[in-house]
Amino acid sequence: MDTVHNISVSLQSGDYERVSAFTKQALEKNIPPKEILDRGLISGMNIVGEKYKTHEIFLPDVLLAAKAMYAGMDILKPLFIEEGIPTMSTVVIGSVQGDLHDIGKNLVGIMLKGAGFEVIDLGNNVAPEKFIETAKTHHASVIAMSALLTTTMPVMKRVVELLRRERLKGKIKTIIGGAPVTEAFAREIGADAYGYDSAHAVDAVKRLVGRT
Amino acid sequence: MRPVVRFLSDGLVERIVEEAREVLCKLGVQIYNVNILTRLADYGAHVDTEKMHTLLTDEIIDMALSTVPRSFKLYNILGHETHNFSGYNVYFTPGSAALYILDSKTKKTRKPKTDDYIMYAKLISRLENIASQSTAFIPEDVHEKISDSYRLYLSLLFCEKPIITGAFTAGAFAIMKDLQLAIRGTRQELAAKPLTIFSCCPTSPIKWSDVTSQNVVDCARYSIPVEFVSMPLSGFMAPVTLVGTLVQHTAETLSGIVISQLTNPGTPVLYGGSPAIFDVRYETTPMGAVETQMLDCAFNEIGKYIGIPTQGYISLSDAKQLDSQAGLESSMGATLAALSGINNISGPGMLDFENCQSFEKLVLDNEICGMALRMIEGIEPKEDFPSVPHLEELIKEKHLLISNHTRRHFKKEFYIPGPTIDRASRKRWQEEGSVTLWERAHREVEKHVREYTPSRIPDTTKKDLTKLMEIEARRYGMNRLPQISP
Repeated sequence: MDTVHNISVSLQSGDYERVSAFTKQALEKNIPPKEILDRGLISGMNIVGEKYKTHEIFLPDVLLAAKAMYAGMDILKPLFIEEGIPTMSTVVIGSVQGDLHDIGKNLVGIMLKGAGFEVIDLGNNVAPEKFIETAKTHHASVIAMSALLTTTMPVMKRVVELLRRERLKGKIKTIIGGAPVTEAFAREIGADAYGYDSAHAVDAVKRLVGRT
Repeated sequence: MRPVVRFLSDGLVERIVEEAREVLCKLGVQIYNVNILTRLADYGAHVDTEKMHTLLTDEIIDMALSTVPRSFKLYNILGHETHNFSGYNVYFTPGSAALYILDSKTKKTRKPKTDDYIMYAKLISRLENIASQSTAFIPEDVHEKISDSYRLYLSLLFCEKPIITGAFTAGAFAIMKDLQLAIRGTRQELAAKPLTIFSCCPTSPIKWSDVTSQNVVDCARYSIPVEFVSMPLSGFMAPVTLVGTLVQHTAETLSGIVISQLTNPGTPVLYGGSPAIFDVRYETTPMGAVETQMLDCAFNEIGKYIGIPTQGYISLSDAKQLDSQAGLESSMGATLAALSGINNISGPGMLDFENCQSFEKLVLDNEICGMALRMIEGIEPKEDFPSVPHLEELIKEKHLLISNHTRRHFKKEFYIPGPTIDRASRKRWQEEGSVTLWERAHREVEKHVREYTPSRIPDTTKKDLTKLMEIEARRYGMNRLPQISP
């Protein structure tokens, strides 16, 4: 088995120490970081995602694989920056203003990181302006918003309106989720996507950034 | 702590047993079998061979109870232990001897054929919460005189799990015993590692037909375990009250134990039954009725008091389709049976008063059984104390999804059902086609049959079984057995 394949296999079993070791080994063999990322880390994570969808493995297995993904990314990221290679897209995520619930949002954040996205987690009770400001500062591709209360859902609409006002709608995509949130509501407020669970949200974000 | 439910006080159990003994000694039991009556007379029972009737004595009953095993084990076709019938151990087995199956395509009942039985055996081999096969229904494409042994033959060929079965005639015992000997090799090995249990049913009130009593005797001679399935019908063929029905059930079951133990002391038996209340509106015997299920749990308590492992026809439904009634009656039965510690719980797959088996219901019931089995494991600490480190970790990491504690225990602490049980969000359920329970169960049936792996008994043994079955079929004019699809 080649080293990059070993990275993928180790990642699937959540063995972050081996992922780290094989990533270093691959770099020593002068395998390009982009190839390690695509054929090792992301390919392994894609397999994990598929197995999760078909209930072959469970959420703890996915999150462990995600942790292994970070271990590999921690080694590769400085090289991407050094070589000026664009890393993965950035997602700004948070629970909207007035909402202190963040369990679902945290899960989506972990899964997005596991899928290789750069994730900036603003926590909970996040003001609309804060989402926009952070997205602009970090050149984020996506804003991901979560709400558990029907009373806080209008804040999502406010974020979309602000993006429109600043002519960023379309450049910065939006995805919303949370127990009371529906696909119809997403359409109604002009959000670009809706995620009903963490795995679905990751797929939707991948589609938004053209990474399917 | 294993959770346990009880319906009878100790005092009431003792009184029911006393009353049942009095019934057997004062009113007696009818046994249409001269040999058995003669043997009972030898032991001091008052016997009237003209009326085929006997009055038992306390001494005879005590003698039988002194030799009946307190526990026994069952082994699969390969000879590996699968069941330990003792204490509150619980095992599920499909309901048996249905005349019909619910056709997967038409959802209508029809008489089953050989191919249906093979599909059933393949399915059962894959359902992990159902510990044994039963000869669940009767293929119509063979002569009726071999319809009992033919089921056993197919079960032995296609599934490794032990089998709950029974003979429809006294004559069928010989071939059914020979088929088992072909697997085990010798009579001694068959006695040492039993692979079947024969259901033997007294007739209410307190009667034994020639066939069933002879089956009890024949099984005893070969040390083949028997489950006594007494079927008093509250308000019709038994007193209307549950206690009155239990007295009759106890008397009928004790009489079976006497026949068995006097023939061969130490023959393993299950203290079983399939009592029911009588529905005075529809003239039916509802197996899903709450009182029927209470009767099952209660006679199990009596069996435990006497010191014999138990069986019960519970966890089945009177519904005609795989509908909400089927789910509620089956799951209530499975739950109560498991909590009561009925050792061999018969019923999964069955609809329509024990008349109709359904593959799709078997798949659903497998999940019900899994949940019931999880439930009786109870709530036990698993590295939970001290608790502070776990909560510290939660506060620090913001979740425990990948903590070592979670990873060590989640697969055991949670029963994770298959796709038949819908736990998806509505959105995901819709995205996946809004698939109904029936469709989900049907897909699982197809998947299990597709992924079936053949029984590991040697091909030579399979050939021996076929040879024996062909000879038996020829006795009834069938020159060829139905074609078996691979």
